[in-house]
Amino acid sequence: MTAPARLRVDFIACDGRGLCAEALPGLITLDDWGFPIVSGQAVPPRLLADARATVRLCPRLALRLEAGR
Amino acid sequence: MTARPRLLVPGPPGLAGHTARYGPPPALPGARQRDALIAEVARAGLTGRGGAGFPTARKLAAVAGGYAPVVVANGTEGEPASAKDRVLMASSPHLVLDGAVLAAEAVGAAKAVIVVHRDVRAIIGEAVAERARARVDPVRLEVRTAAEGFVAGQASAVVQWVQRGIPAPTATPPRLAQRGLRGAPTLVQNVETLAHFALIARHGASWFRSAGTPAEPGSMLVTVLGAVREPGVREVAIGTPVGQLVDLAGGPSEPLRALLLGGYFGTWVDAAEALARPFSSAGLADLGAGPGAGLIAALPVGARGLSETARLVRYLAGESAGQCGPCVFGLPAIAGLLERLAEGRGADLGQLRRWLGQVDGRGGCAHPDGAVRLVRSALRTFGAELPVPPGGRR
Amino acid sequence: MSALLGGSQALWFVSRASGLALLAAFSAAVVLGVAARLGPRLAVGELHRALALFSVAFLGLHVVTAILDPYVTIGWAATLLPLASPYRTLAIGLGALAVDLGGAVLITSLARRRLGYRTWRAVHWLAYLTWPAAFAHAVTAGGDLRIWWVALVLWGCAAAVATAVIARLLAWLRGPDRAALGALR
Repeated sequence: MTAPARLRVDFIACDGRGLCAEALPGLITLDDWGFPIVSGQAVPPRLLADARATVRLCPRLALRLEAGR
Repeated sequence: MTARPRLLVPGPPGLAGHTARYGPPPALPGARQRDALIAEVARAGLTGRGGAGFPTARKLAAVAGGYAPVVVANGTEGEPASAKDRVLMASSPHLVLDGAVLAAEAVGAAKAVIVVHRDVRAIIGEAVAERARARVDPVRLEVRTAAEGFVAGQASAVVQWVQRGIPAPTATPPRLAQRGLRGAPTLVQNVETLAHFALIARHGASWFRSAGTPAEPGSMLVTVLGAVREPGVREVAIGTPVGQLVDLAGGPSEPLRALLLGGYFGTWVDAAEALARPFSSAGLADLGAGPGAGLIAALPVGARGLSETARLVRYLAGESAGQCGPCVFGLPAIAGLLERLAEGRGADLGQLRRWLGQVDGRGGCAHPDGAVRLVRSALRTFGAELPVPPGGRR
Repeated sequence: MSALLGGSQALWFVSRASGLALLAAFSAAVVLGVAARLGPRLAVGELHRALALFSVAFLGLHVVTAILDPYVTIGWAATLLPLASPYRTLAIGLGALAVDLGGAVLITSLARRRLGYRTWRAVHWLAYLTWPAAFAHAVTAGGDLRIWWVALVLWGCAAAVATAVIARLLAWLRGPDRAALGALR
């Protein structure tokens, strides 16, 4: 069983381009200024592969998948 | 507690005067002494005096494990209402420098960078030069003038300022204790923390704990300003009642409505509620407040709390390092709504609360979090000032 | 070897054809990269990556068939070293230059997470040199421009890339729609 994984945004790197919200609409929404809101909840196992792919496609490398505590 | 000051002992200036007042710092010839000092600091329960309150011994231990670490003494004092660090550096520069040197020895650093507010640059520069001539320090001291601005005092911003001249916070991970100044494990400590550290090294943990509370031991420097007769910086035991601190500042100059506790990033509390409380994390926690950077600002009856808050938030918005969307766009938007509210024009409170939620915790540093905390406490404390919408309910 | 591959004519054709396909795919990738902000972000980003990887595949085919072709002597070294081909040194050399520059862009993109954003971005600018090198190679070493559809592909690619670059320049001159982020002081 893998440890719970959480999505985290590095807001210093983030530019508000919005690819992540398009790729993972179930887990990521955009605030009023176009920046991603990640819930901080564990990523459900069925979305883990999609989450990893989304991390890869952020053009600013601002999205991270971290092992939860 | 002003009966026996620890950090602000008056006396003749210069290294000789300092040694006469405080005695010489202990020598740390080997690893055993260095580890023993860190253990003593842990027993003393010293926590950071820069506002975050992180246990100092834990930071020391984390950095001590690294290769070729470096120490940064943070005397930036970016919070404009706070004066304690400058007062400390002007009165007891050698105590701060002792702390920086001892910290460097404790973690195995060869160098300590002392970053100081420009008001005290000359004093600190002279103190360092005097020490260099007397050859008292086993580590190198380098003095840098701090950057201006609210966010410039944030730990990683100080490191970036020293490294590349831009006082902008950086993302963690990696933590500064792992990779900081030019990639080295970096210990960043507020100058007041280092001063306490220098005294613990001389007098030990039990002495340090003889003031303050068991959970929050020691003394702290507090800046009291606003509607008080004698604003200024004083040293007090942690846990001293807030009312007593106001009295030490000459008492209120007019009846008080509210107090701002902690700093511009802190919390508004109703005066009547706050005055009875101990000025400590534990004493203020259930009010959603804390001592923060050791600041108490008194707001008189008749002042408009929302206007003050709107002014503060507009200032904070302008002080953003400009790196993170929610801060860059959210804080000015929130300031705009607050200004409308303060002027008595209608504003969508729901919108305000939504934006507060969207900005809180969504930045590269705690700057937006502090602004959100300030605004939420203002809505609570100054709720009576809010315009009543047509429906009659706020 | 050439007998197995149906004669050197086949190799020559495949080399030319894959070269054209490579230029088309690579140009499309460049257009999507240059004009990324003007389209739907996710789709453009993924398509850009996909086309770049297709280009690598076409490149492989193009290079291998060209070198195996016994009609001309190019040599394996000429793939990477711009002055190594005895046959039409400059024309082939431009192709090698494109491979070198494009290779740097590709490798840094694959290792992006490890290298960090800044390094990746700095090297990615080389794409603006890679495309002209590839195009110059196509014109000098490649297709016979007298064949109408070869000319069409070549000039079509050039027009697409030029349009994208101009659009990007205009957007840059116009200024961002909202405040740019970055450490201001």
